[in-house]
Amino acid sequence: MSTVISARGLSKSFRSGFWKTKSVAALQDLHLEVQENEIFGYLGPNGAGKSTTLKLLMSLIYPSQGQVEILGKPASDVSVRRHIGYLPENPYFYEYLTAEEFLSYYAGLFDFDASQTKARVERFLKLTGVYDARKLQLRKFSKGMIQRIGIAQALINDPKVVFLDEPMSGLDPIGRREVRDLILELKKEGRTVFFSTHILNDVETTCDRVAILDRGRLVGSGRLTELFSKEVRHVEVVVSNISLAQLRQVAGNEVPIHPSGVTYLLEIDRNAALGKLVSGIEQAAGTLVSVTPVRQTMEEYFFALLQKSSN
Amino acid sequence: MKVLSIARNTFKECVRDKVLYNLVVFAILIIISSLLLGGITIGDVEQIIVNLGLSTLSIFGTLISIFIGIQLVYKEIDRKTIYSLLSKPVSRAEFIIGKFLGLSWTLAVNVAVMLAGIYGAILYLRHSVELGDFQILLAGLVILVELMLVIAIALFFSTFSTPALSALFTFCLYVLGHFNPDIRHFAAYSSSSSVRALCGVLYYVVPNFGNFGLISATAHGKPLAKQLYLYSFSYGLLYSAIVLVLAIVIFQKRNFK
Repeated sequence: MSTVISARGLSKSFRSGFWKTKSVAALQDLHLEVQENEIFGYLGPNGAGKSTTLKLLMSLIYPSQGQVEILGKPASDVSVRRHIGYLPENPYFYEYLTAEEFLSYYAGLFDFDASQTKARVERFLKLTGVYDARKLQLRKFSKGMIQRIGIAQALINDPKVVFLDEPMSGLDPIGRREVRDLILELKKEGRTVFFSTHILNDVETTCDRVAILDRGRLVGSGRLTELFSKEVRHVEVVVSNISLAQLRQVAGNEVPIHPSGVTYLLEIDRNAALGKLVSGIEQAAGTLVSVTPVRQTMEEYFFALLQKSSN
Repeated sequence: MKVLSIARNTFKECVRDKVLYNLVVFAILIIISSLLLGGITIGDVEQIIVNLGLSTLSIFGTLISIFIGIQLVYKEIDRKTIYSLLSKPVSRAEFIIGKFLGLSWTLAVNVAVMLAGIYGAILYLRHSVELGDFQILLAGLVILVELMLVIAIALFFSTFSTPALSALFTFCLYVLGHFNPDIRHFAAYSSSSSVRALCGVLYYVVPNFGNFGLISATAHGKPLAKQLYLYSFSYGLLYSAIVLVLAIVIFQKRNFK
């Protein structure tokens, strides 16, 4: 697989203050590579530098140091943009245009002819579920619809690489699921997706690899399976229809038992004899409600990493 | 093609601007009122219609060029529509040129509407159109080129400044440009060599809007040499091109935070 996005020593500082003498480092020495046909998650808390990185990739801002390449060419090369699509964070588009006019305008920037433009506009309006609202001015679109039309304009040129800045932002659970499914569909079509988010669940369910940014620095990156242990730490067993005394007799004194209404939650060490416990509960005429293996979550890993970074 | 797409979208945006309609309606009212003014003045009514009509075209066209021109780039940055636009295979130069052409197209339509008003007023009076009236059209085209230069200046300032300051700078340059010959005269009377040097620089840098001053001659029906029109067109278009190049150079270096 080839590298489609490459950042080497990428840094960006902004000047602030009345006389612009104060320098604020938004991104420091970023080294990053994204392979073809990956879904790459770019994580970090608010203000970490995720949007700054995306703007550097889009050449909306220029690096203070370092280099960034997309599809083997410098990001500042205008020809690269024929093969990429970009959805900015909290997108705002031309409110006086209808959805159809807006996509036609953007399709026109790729030199498609009239019939190609019409076909593409119709295809992506349908794909993103806003076809029925195609004659409506964008000022009348809801937040979710704007996000959808934003995705449509990012895909209008059938890009090889798609950059999405907080694509789930402001969407309801149905919208979020649809965007997630769309991202997975883009991967199936052979595209590379680079998306930034601060919502960990989105990353866990879609990404092949992730990078985690904190205060402008990369603090972790790699495959999800490599970053944190998927080994079972302990097992949670929920039982009902049994008294605490009987449960204590079956499980032993060392096992933590947490009452919760009419049920009890036990935390069993993964190496313990789970089978013996289960048969003991059955003999005591108790009901086994659930058995759940507990692994390290993305959230725990993320917070541990941020804690380490701030120390 | 991309430049034309941006120009088309800019035209659509401009024609929705309420400032434009207010100024155009007001200008047309003034042209119509020239018919009434003609009745109460001593002098050639047609001369007054052409003079007032072309002056109105120039003044209101300048106001439209400044008030809409300063917003063209600023709005795209402020509303962040520029983020998605510049992620397409559009260079920043194409963006600026597209914006310039879009507003120029809008002004061309306005000039056509106002010239139609002037010709309409003349037709109402005279019930005929003469060969000499073609000069009015030429004067209108010269005014259009002048307005294109004002648009280019407004665009230039808007690439790095706020709308208020851009309007101020553009207006000041416009006024200074009308006194361009006086800068040289002022230098001649000054005893300070640095003042003379500064005036010399200003004389050549500040555009000479006097080159577009054909309204009076046109109103009086004085025939003007072809070379004069050619010089006005060439001067205006060349100067606009230079200002646009400067605007593009500044815009290329801009970071959109």
